Amino acid sequence: MSEAFDLLVDQPFFKGMTEDQIRVVAETATPVSYREGEFIFFEGGKADSCFLILDGGVALGLEKPGHGPTAILTLHAGDLLGWSWLYPPYRWSYNAHIHVDTKAIRFDGPRLKEAADADPVLGYELMKRFTDMLVKRMQSIRIQLLDVYSTPR
Amino acid sequence: MHPVPCRVHSVVRELEDTFTLELDPPGDGWEFAPGQFTMLYAFGIGEVPISISGDPSDSSRIVQTIRAVGPVTDALTAVSPGDFVGVRGPYGTSWPTGSAEGRDLLIITGGIGLAPLRPAILEVLDHRDRYDNITLLYGARSPGELLFAEELQEWRGRFDLEVLITVDRGDQVWRGPVGVVTSLIGRASFDPESAVAFVCGPEIMMRFTIQELLSRGFTDDRLHISMERNMKCGIGLCGHCQLGPFFVCKDGPIFRCSEMGDTCWTREV
Ligand SMILES: Cc1cc2nc3c(=O)[nH]c(=O)nc-3n(C[C@H](O)[C@H](O)[C@H](O)COP(=O)(O)OP(=O)(O)OC[C@H]3O[C@@H](n4cnc5c(N)ncnc54)[C@H](O)[C@@H]3O)c2cc1C
Ligand code: FES
Repeated sequence: MSEAFDLLVDQPFFKGMTEDQIRVVAETATPVSYREGEFIFFEGGKADSCFLILDGGVALGLEKPGHGPTAILTLHAGDLLGWSWLYPPYRWSYNAHIHVDTKAIRFDGPRLKEAADADPVLGYELMKRFTDMLVKRMQSIRIQLLDVYSTPR
Repeated sequence: MHPVPCRVHSVVRELEDTFTLELDPPGDGWEFAPGQFTMLYAFGIGEVPISISGDPSDSSRIVQTIRAVGPVTDALTAVSPGDFVGVRGPYGTSWPTGSAEGRDLLIITGGIGLAPLRPAILEVLDHRDRYDNITLLYGARSPGELLFAEELQEWRGRFDLEVLITVDRGDQVWRGPVGVVTSLIGRASFDPESAVAFVCGPEIMMRFTIQELLSRGFTDDRLHISMERNMKCGIGLCGHCQLGPFFVCKDGPIFRCSEMGDTCWTREV
């Protein structure tokens, strides 16, 4: 059994998938770790992977002119980072900055896509999980934009 | 039914527009249950409902935390020690701390919503051995707008209370979570099959939180929320605070979600 499989099998993100399916996904996965202050990727860079965070914290942000890096959202254990590898033009839309030392699993985007194309049942399982994450993230950002804690004047 | 004049003992500025008043209670003492509110009267201006934010075990003062948003709250936050304000109450239902005994308790709040929950937090910490894990999840607009920042810091230092804080907008020095308060739920330690949750904040934040808790296996009979509606009498007579079949002043402000049914999802009017 690979190290990646052992790490993935207990992750809530893969709950409901069969061991065979997780094994296929694990073949595209590599454990990675980052130190506080490092960047995993930069806005505009080529997006060819995604990450499942096992421990630590990553801030997604943008460079605000005159203000330096501004965090829009932080991701933590159990969160999936990155979907730009799924859709053209395959470029990151944010910077991913390590807030605290982080351990994660990196998935090779093109290989994951190949596996999903070859097995549509696996592809559907993965897409369900990606869309759930996308919807939740979009709802969260909508509430952040509403500025619900501002003074109603 | 008439407001009783109470002397302002002290005024503490918590945030740019938010102040905590300590009032001398009428008579010898003052008792309330966590989550209850008073009708506070700024003489000659008007009367508004304000939750009690003090320690329920301290009967020597009435403590209320007020954000200035309009004429009455402007007047109430402009008072000085020695001035008088009118008080009616305490009114309304309370956080059912007893229902969480022997279980995990999740307290989820945002912005000024921490004020109505503060008495419940102080009460459960006072009887810490009666509860399993207690977790406070708090969302604020920015790192500079954390209510009761010093006390939050103190609570974070305790080993028997997990405190997670997130902000909608970080700044150059903030190293904590950025995002909505629901994003913290996955990091809290609780058993969704038996835990109890108290939720207080803007209605949209509460609805979002309820959805997230239900999707994690909570049942709505263990979810309690605090609702706000404009009030006049505060005691169930005028109908001003009606919310579906309920009067928020008398049947609430603290409701069990299962008792509210679809009213829980009714947009603020
Ligand atoms: C049970 C209960 C407990 C409350 N506890 C507190 C508390 O502890 N601290 C506190 O600062 N406030 C609390 N409020 C809200 C407070 O009563 C209102 O802010 C107040 O009535 C506003 O009166 P005003 O004359 O100053 O402003 P208004 O002129 O009445 O309102 C000014 C602006 O504030 C908005 N507003 C009014 N009420 C609310 C509300 N409830 N929520 C969001 N926006 C509102 C109005 O839409 C308007 O835009 C509570 C309300 C209820 C029902
Ligand atoms: S304020 Fe009059 S019934 Fe509630």
